[in-house]
Amino acid sequence: MKELTFETLIAVFEEIFGRGLFWAMVAVAAIVTLAYLFVLIRDRSVSWKKFLLAQLSMPFGGIAAVLFVQKVTRSDFNDIGGPVDVFVLLGVGLVGAIGLAILVYTLQSLLRPPQDA
Amino acid sequence: MNSNRRQFLGLALGGPALAATAVSARGSEPTTKTSAHFVILGAGAAGTALANRIASRFDGAKVTIIDARKAHYYQPGFTLIAAGLKPADYSVSTTAEWLPRNLEWIEEAAAEIDPEGKSVTTTSGKKVAYDYLLVATGLRLNYEGIEGMSLDLIGKDGIGSVYAGPDYAAKTWEEMNRFTDKGGVALFSRPATEMKCAGAPLKYAFLTDDYMVRKGTKSKSKVIYAAQNKGFFSVPIVSEKVRMLFEERKIDYTFDHVMKKIDPARKIATFATPEGDKEIGYDFTNVIPPMVAPDVVKNSPLAWQSGPWVDQGWAEVDKGTLRHVRYPEIFAVGDIAGVPKGKTAASVKWQVPVALEQMAAQIEGKESTVKYDGYTSCPLITRIGRAMLVEFDYKNNLTPSFPGIIAPLEELWISWLMKEIALKATYNAMLRGKA
Repeated sequence: MKELTFETLIAVFEEIFGRGLFWAMVAVAAIVTLAYLFVLIRDRSVSWKKFLLAQLSMPFGGIAAVLFVQKVTRSDFNDIGGPVDVFVLLGVGLVGAIGLAILVYTLQSLLRPPQDA
Repeated sequence: MNSNRRQFLGLALGGPALAATAVSARGSEPTTKTSAHFVILGAGAAGTALANRIASRFDGAKVTIIDARKAHYYQPGFTLIAAGLKPADYSVSTTAEWLPRNLEWIEEAAAEIDPEGKSVTTTSGKKVAYDYLLVATGLRLNYEGIEGMSLDLIGKDGIGSVYAGPDYAAKTWEEMNRFTDKGGVALFSRPATEMKCAGAPLKYAFLTDDYMVRKGTKSKSKVIYAAQNKGFFSVPIVSEKVRMLFEERKIDYTFDHVMKKIDPARKIATFATPEGDKEIGYDFTNVIPPMVAPDVVKNSPLAWQSGPWVDQGWAEVDKGTLRHVRYPEIFAVGDIAGVPKGKTAASVKWQVPVALEQMAAQIEGKESTVKYDGYTSCPLITRIGRAMLVEFDYKNNLTPSFPGIIAPLEELWISWLMKEIALKATYNAMLRGKA
């Protein structure tokens, strides 16, 4: 196989996390995304109050993601050796921040739907 | 080749952002119709990857694999086990779980190869005829090649040996852990033969040194690296970088030292040097034995008949096509291949498609231009949390997969992440014929 196909990529991710965990994570991500879209469509507008809390949660999500990756890979901030490492670190933090923000917004909307809806 | 490599490492990175640029829809793989009987010797990394690829590459082929081993070892994990970063079972799976269902597995070792009569005889005397023979036996760790050394010494009296297997790697960690608690003289070396992953002896020296620094015992210790020739690594630019790191870390080094004898009672290793035998005392050492071809290849007509590898017995194949120089229906892949570089899993990944395409062309009566350029890769760990992603080819050129992004001679966290998280996954996907 000369080309890196989508199937190959899936195969590697299955190997990293184990088939069960990988697809469970894909399912959770899909459910959260769908729930997010659901509340957006249901409420027909973004609740800026909820969005504010979601934004406030972002740093926690970012830091948690970085610490999680460092813990499972037995590394720390001293191991940053070059610019590419800084980008990886920021990337991990960004994914954690956005993920938690979406989760927080969606949970708030599901638990406390707008009163006048 | 370069885009191929980038894709492979894109996978290893597990970085969808980087990999996404290389992702394309699954192309239709060519298949060759044949009723040929392919016999594979060895179900390690190379043999297993071949078995899974042949099944999809050749339509109608019969495949037989010959190997007595029930356990499959992920050997790149041994260094991590021996550094206390992974448990011994991290590297252990079963041969059976990787093999395709529609193949015949003879659970015996090969005892004799008859390339004239095109057959292999197993240890029980069973004769297996072949049309194409893929030699992927791996190599033999020749511990008897060091006087006084034996496997039962590993894990006590300051003796470790990372290569011997997952359990021995774990015992090596126990001993290294004990040693680095109190400090002393740590002695590292490598054999003068060809060897698998020539970066591993260096990695283990760096990791032991790192533990002493972290535990505060480095100041009362001495670390010595005794190189087997005049360099630390076959690629000069990498060797020079290693020298710089050794000096920075205050690791002593000496050249032209080949371990020939070990005295566990006195804790002294004897080295052959151009000026005669020299003794070096140690409190901890990682013994790496000479490496040679298994007897079934070494004592067969397949082995090199002249030149520096006569004693070591590697299969005499063309370094580009991996086809045997005297028997065109025989190919060697992995550690057993008598080529100048590439006794690593990364090399296997590049060699397997070459052997397949060369065979396919041969069956179709064509000539293939697909060649192996000696590519291999070594995530050279320089401490826990950092590694250098060294990639190179036959010509000692550095062949970075991400030039300008991941510098080959820089100690980086991202290179460590690849080794720690993604390499085993990529290896497993390779075994299944999917990477």
